[in-house]
Amino acid sequence: MPKVSLTVNGKPASAEVENRTLLVELLREHLRLTGTHVGCDTSQCGACVVHVNGASVKACTMLAVQCEGAEVVTIEGLAAPDGTLHPMQEAFREYHALQCGFCTPGMVMSAIDLVQRNPQGLSDREIREGLEGNLCRCTGYHNIVRAIAAAQQVMHGKVKELPRAAE
Amino acid sequence: MYDFAYHRPSSVADAVKLLASDPDAKVMSGGMTLIPTLKQRLAKPSAIVDLSGIKDLVGISVSGSAVTIKAMTTHAAVAASAEVKKAIPALAAMAEHIGDAQVRNRGTIGGSIANHDPAADYPGAVLALGATVHTNKRKIAADDFFTGMFSTALAPDEIVTAVEFPIPEKAAYVKFPNPASRYAMVGVFVAKGPAGVRVAVTGAGANGVFRHTAMEEALAKNWSPDALHDVGTAEEGLNGDIHASKEYRAHLVGVMAKRAVAKAG
Repeated sequence: MPKVSLTVNGKPASAEVENRTLLVELLREHLRLTGTHVGCDTSQCGACVVHVNGASVKACTMLAVQCEGAEVVTIEGLAAPDGTLHPMQEAFREYHALQCGFCTPGMVMSAIDLVQRNPQGLSDREIREGLEGNLCRCTGYHNIVRAIAAAQQVMHGKVKELPRAAE
Repeated sequence: MYDFAYHRPSSVADAVKLLASDPDAKVMSGGMTLIPTLKQRLAKPSAIVDLSGIKDLVGISVSGSAVTIKAMTTHAAVAASAEVKKAIPALAAMAEHIGDAQVRNRGTIGGSIANHDPAADYPGAVLALGATVHTNKRKIAADDFFTGMFSTALAPDEIVTAVEFPIPEKAAYVKFPNPASRYAMVGVFVAKGPAGVRVAVTGAGANGVFRHTAMEEALAKNWSPDALHDVGTAEEGLNGDIHASKEYRAHLVGVMAKRAVAKAG
């Protein structure tokens, strides 16, 4: 079986996979990183979004063997070693941007890529358009958009502390 | 998914050799259509020849008269390119609205046109702008490239290497996305430039992208949305399905075309 070697969350990883093994299967079943979810398995819902070489991708629509030598970041790789959450994770918590939480890992990974690609800042409408590839069936997106709008201020260094959600 | 052999050549010549030696092998560029197709077992290739290791197939260059985009350049790269935004803003804007962000990070221009999905956006741009498709063997005019739904003039061992777009005077693309899938139910790309006035319609045709010659004639005389007021679109040859009837698509072609001309200015 082919062996794939890559970097996952900053650490070297390798596994023996089939050519048809998907990246999300490599992450979940071989590397036991189950934070990346499989929702629709048809490239629509975005629950499986991870970063490959700095770009958000749907891990259900990429082969594991295509990631030879790649740098992959999953939801498990965002928080600091001492447990301090990434500003986007903190914003999702502060703004109650999840209910069941199934879509959350993919939402957070997509949101970080979206914010990083738009240093000029995003309007609420642009955030909604940028989340086109992620489906949430609980929240109606409202608090997700609020969380991303707040997190971008921290990520772009506009504010030091995450703006608090209104009581 | 059925299993397959996997190759990631580092040159076009090696990729072509692999394809020529195995008639059941398939080329993969971004994989945004091919991987879902494999997952549904709608295809059973013996081997996948992944072009992502060919560095020479990525990049954008702009001369005084043309924008050339190499085949493995992603939609995200085209959408973000300052050079494309300056030379052909309509092309960058179109790339910015293909699929979703994750599809744009993986999907490529070469894959999109070689696949020729009837609802794809790129074929409209290629046809309306009168682009030239470069392959490992030859150069193919846009008018000769798209031969039917999911079919093109490409030979089995022929690979798209780049697409060369002449820079138009004016151009714009407007689509009516399906409210759920966001695929173009109808998309119209209009352009006025060195190749004359050209109008390409995607999403609507049963045989894929096509030119709307009646609209081209009307716009050549008078470049304004009003010029299209009395130009009809035949229902024959259009797609009718659960999402939109032929009649509705024919109507949308007219509306999208007028909006595109207005947007082009």
